[in-house]
Parts: sequence; C-alpha cells; structure tokens
Amino acid sequence: MSANLSNTAAVATPTRLEALAGVIAAALPSLKAVENHAGELTYEVPANDLLAVAQTLRDAPDLKFEMCMDVCGIDYLLHGRDEWNTQSATSSGFSRGVARGGQRQGGLPPGRRFAAVYHLLSISLNQRLRMRVFCADDDQPMVDSVSGIWAGANWFEREAFDLFGILFKGHPDLRRLLTDYGFIGHPFRKDFPLSGHVEVRYDPEKGRVVYQPVTIDPRVLVPKVIRHDNRYDPQLTNAPVHTTSIAKSDG
Amino acid sequence: MAEIRNYTMNFGPQHPAAHGVLRLVLELDGEVIQKADPHVGLLHRATEKLAESKPYNQSIGYMDRLDYVSMMCNEHAYVMAIEKLLGLEPPLRAQYIRVMFDEVTRILNHLMWLGAHALDIGAMTVFLYCFREREDLMDCYEAVSGTRMHATYYRPGGVYRDLPETMPQYPYSQWRSKKEVDRLNSRRSGGLLDFIADFTKRFPANVDQYETLLTDNRIWKQRTVNIGVVSPERAMQLGFSGPMLRGSGVEWDLRKKQPYDIYDKMDFDIPVGMNGDCYDRYLVRVEELRQSNRIIEQCVAWLKANPGPVMIDDRKVRPPRREEMKGDMESLIHHFKLMTEGYCVPAGEVYAAVEAPKGELGVYLVSDGANKPYRLKVRPPGFAHLASLDEMVRGHMLADVVAVIGTQDIVFGEVDR
Repeated sequence: MSANLSNTAAVATPTRLEALAGVIAAALPSLKAVENHAGELTYEVPANDLLAVAQTLRDAPDLKFEMCMDVCGIDYLLHGRDEWNTQSATSSGFSRGVARGGQRQGGLPPGRRFAAVYHLLSISLNQRLRMRVFCADDDQPMVDSVSGIWAGANWFEREAFDLFGILFKGHPDLRRLLTDYGFIGHPFRKDFPLSGHVEVRYDPEKGRVVYQPVTIDPRVLVPKVIRHDNRYDPQLTNAPVHTTSIAKSDG
Repeated sequence: MAEIRNYTMNFGPQHPAAHGVLRLVLELDGEVIQKADPHVGLLHRATEKLAESKPYNQSIGYMDRLDYVSMMCNEHAYVMAIEKLLGLEPPLRAQYIRVMFDEVTRILNHLMWLGAHALDIGAMTVFLYCFREREDLMDCYEAVSGTRMHATYYRPGGVYRDLPETMPQYPYSQWRSKKEVDRLNSRRSGGLLDFIADFTKRFPANVDQYETLLTDNRIWKQRTVNIGVVSPERAMQLGFSGPMLRGSGVEWDLRKKQPYDIYDKMDFDIPVGMNGDCYDRYLVRVEELRQSNRIIEQCVAWLKANPGPVMIDDRKVRPPRREEMKGDMESLIHHFKLMTEGYCVPAGEVYAAVEAPKGELGVYLVSDGANKPYRLKVRPPGFAHLASLDEMVRGHMLADVVAVIGTQDIVFGEVDR
C-alpha cells in the first residue's frame, strides 16, 4: 500500500513563479496580472473571456490546472474604508459610536463591487494560480459558471450565489446552499448587518417556530482602523532601522 | 399494470449515521439510489462573516470550531495566512511544536473517523478502542492549552506558550481504585514530551489491534470493497484532496509537495490506494496513523534536545509579558493597543493551505490594511467531498450511503462553517 515519495518537493520559488507568469502572458494575453507581495500569482480575467481562459488553463500542456480548489465571492463595497469617525455615542450597549459604512460615497466605480475569486491547483506541475472576475452589473452580478470545466466548482458556486447573490450563468442547479429554506437576502454582502434581519423563536400559542424582526442592535466592539505601517511598506523595507524610536504608526 | 414510481426518502438531519446534521433527500428505485440531494447548512454559523467584525487574533478560536475534530490544523491554516501577509517567520521550536500537534490532531481525527465509520457499518468494538487512545491525546491538548478540544493554541508568530514540564494528574477519588489511579498517573509523571513519547511507543500496537478487527474482516470487506469507487481523473475533477484523493491513487500530499513549517525535514511516507473504493481509503487512513506516529517521534526527539523561544519577539504582534507590562511604560502601551485594537495587517491577499486530516484546508484572506480581515474564506475539504456524494452513491444500495458518508469523513463544522 505504501508508496515512497521522494522528499525533494518542488516548492513555488520565485523563478518558478516567473516561469509560470511567462507562460500565462504568452498563452493568455488578455489576463491582467495583479501585484501581490505574498509570492502568489493573481490574475484579473475579463468576464467575457472566463470560459475560454478556464478551458486553456485546464488543458494547455504547460499550465494543466486540473483542479479548481475554491470559488468564492467578494463584496468590495467597504474595501479600504475604516470606521473611525464617530457620530454620537450610543446610549445603550457596549458599542462605540462609530459611523457604519454602507452608503457608497463614490470611490467605487460601477462594476467593481462583486467579484468571484477562483483558486486553481495543478497537481501534475505543482503550481497554484488565483484568478478574479469582476461582475459588470452591481445590481445583478453575473459571471459564467465554470462547473462544466471543473465539476468540483458546482457547490462552491452555489455557495457564492447564496451568500453574495452572484449569479452563475449556465450552472446546472443554482439553488441556495447554506442559508435556511426561504431565506431572503445575501448575508455576506457588506450591507447586510451581522445580526441579520430576522430571528426565530418558538411561539407557544401558535405551537410552532415563528420568524420575527431581530431584537438586538448591531454593535461594534472594536472599530475597524487602517494604519499605514511603514514597516510593511515595500519601498521602506531597506531603510535603516531606528532601534530606539517608538513607532509612530502605532498611535 | 400498476404505475411504478421512484420512492423519495428523507434521511436526517437527526440520524446517527449522518455524522452531525446532514439532511439527504434520496430518490430510490426499490433499494437502489437514483439520486441523492444533500441539504447542508444546518450548522452554518457565518464564521467567515464573524471574523470580518473582529481583530485577527480573536478569530483563532473560531477556527477550532470549524472542523471540530481536527482543531489545531484549522488554526494552523489561519495563522499561516496571517503570517504570510505580515511576513513573519515563527521560531524553529514553534514550527516543530506545530507540526507535532498537527500530527497529534491527525491521529485524533483518524481515530474518530475509524471508530465512527466502523460503528456505522456495524463494528462496535473499534469505536471503544479508538476512544481509549483519543483520550490520551485529548490530555495532550489539555496539558498544552487548558482545553481538551478547542485549544486556541497557535498564534501568528508561534504558539501561545511552551510545552509544560508536568502533566495533569488524576486525583484519588471514590470513583476509581487507588491502583487504577496510580496506573494512570505513572505515565503522567514526566513532562508532556515524555507522555507523548510513551504514547508513540504504545500506539503502533494499538493500530495493529484495530487492524486485526477490520482489515481482513469478511463483513468489513463486504461493506467497503468496490463501494463508492472514484477514478483518479474524476477525483481531481471533483476537487478531492487528502485521503479521498490518495485513495484513488493520486500521489498528492501538501506536506510533501508544498511543505510548510518543517515538514520538509520530516521523514515519512505517503500511502496511496489502488482502486479508489471505501476499503482503499480505509487502508490509506490507517497507514497515515502509523506515519503520523513516526513524525511525532521525530518531533519529540528534536524538541527534547532543542529548547528555545516559541514565539517571535515582535512587540507589534505579540503582547508583552505581564511582569514587563507592570513596570514598563512602553510595554503597557503595546499591551493596551494589542488588546483593544489588535494589529494591522498590510493590504493584500493570500491563500494558505495545510494538509488537514480530511484534505486541503485553505484559508483565503483579503486584507485592506485594517485590524480586521476584509474577507476570510475557508476552503473546507469536506465541502468538495460531500458535493460529490450524489455521484458516489448513485446505483448503490441504501445501506451503502452510510458507508460512503463514513468514508468521506464528513464533519459539519467545516462543511457549513
């Protein structure tokens, strides 16, 4: 039963990443590389090209991404926005009087709110790739389904539809997956409150479980803050380190 | 002629063989499955959404509750994602501790799986034997973190604390005889590493014991051989990982192929199946028990010889020691900032995957530079496996559904998240 594998594992080294990036640039010029510091390849794929790109990524002999490990949705509505500005302190509860985001105050151009992110894995060539597809329409986000190319994407797309409302065109069975039967809304969108809209309880008079509006206020225990830490600034990583100074960025 | 129609049957969500809260809507022709439609989400707690509302470190405990029988492996993926974004490298000793506890966790998980799977198909004794060994490993969890299951032990930059020098002892009580208590405590007289070293000596004989009960058992083979066969091509197409993929004959293990922490220094083998049926996946997992035991032995030997720090010395990520905080103004400020606000993670996105006992558990983390994740996505291995349940049980008998659910090693904490 036991087969010995060699211990010489091929790890994603910078040269291997560059080689893969070169192959993709040659095979799929429509893909836009996204800068990433963590040593991973990310590409932005135009929504119209998704199926053709996916087919090439799976079948081209020097790409061979035969597995789609993950499909997930992202809602970029509040990306890069902190919750530091106070309105007025709340009179009850522990929450701080933070201004919750939610209204789009410019900044986010149309067609950049919802995205589907795919994580691909090639077992034969031991390489990974991430691709992101933005949905053109913010009100009815839609991308093509890749479940015909990778059967494993089926449930992941159902989940993204359930949680974000992203419609996958051509999906064989696009039903809700994780939320309750008859659930309304898409709970992982950034404008959906953490505490939800409805709660359930047992009604002794009716003798069954009933839905009612939530009775708790959403609250923020720790406000979201964005601090620009110069230690992580790639331009400053080679700057001399002052060992005695107190980091100003830490407030 | 009477019209013959398929019979639709509901299975679960309360069913002992459903491994939690799985609801299956089965379409039967006689006793043969025509279609199986799993309804999941009954344990959905929106872990990923909750994590978006909390500083990074406060979500480590949620990770334990994803796959609640392989707790520390989930933590590992999460802290690895944060470390990748922060550019941290934990001290070597912390990496050895993590690998050791990952393998302890793998044994915990596989014992739970073996016991429950055998119980589902009708072998009661294995369950009792498996839980006997699980109890010892739970004690390791308790010694190191204070809890038996939800440890919250890993941290970005290392682990919470070093391995304890003493093991908790059983007290004398009216419920156990003095002789029994002394027997239990005799193994616990040394430190945690001594206890684990003793365990690794005993464990291979225990695995032999499970195997005498199952491997050549006629009933066991009748219930598992040629049940739920998946070809290697199909397994990759369906996004399988872990023992499900290896059972189909694909040599793929992240610990070997994309090693993290110090797995590249470990000497172990990857078992691979031939036929892709339930029996081969059983053999793969049993062999993994033995291989995990080997890895733990190597870690124990290294950890005994090499004391050192278990957490990086970075005041912007790790809170100061309590005595420092009492006397030092700067430490007090650091402590206050870390406890109230946490640390900010530079903007970017990262996917960190570990070889969890069930397969590839990935954490996709998007940061916009804040003290909370912007988006956290957990890629659970069991999700992809359960998605293929329909395909795996079609054409099988109703009783085989239970065998296939068992072989997939489904835990709803991670499927529903």
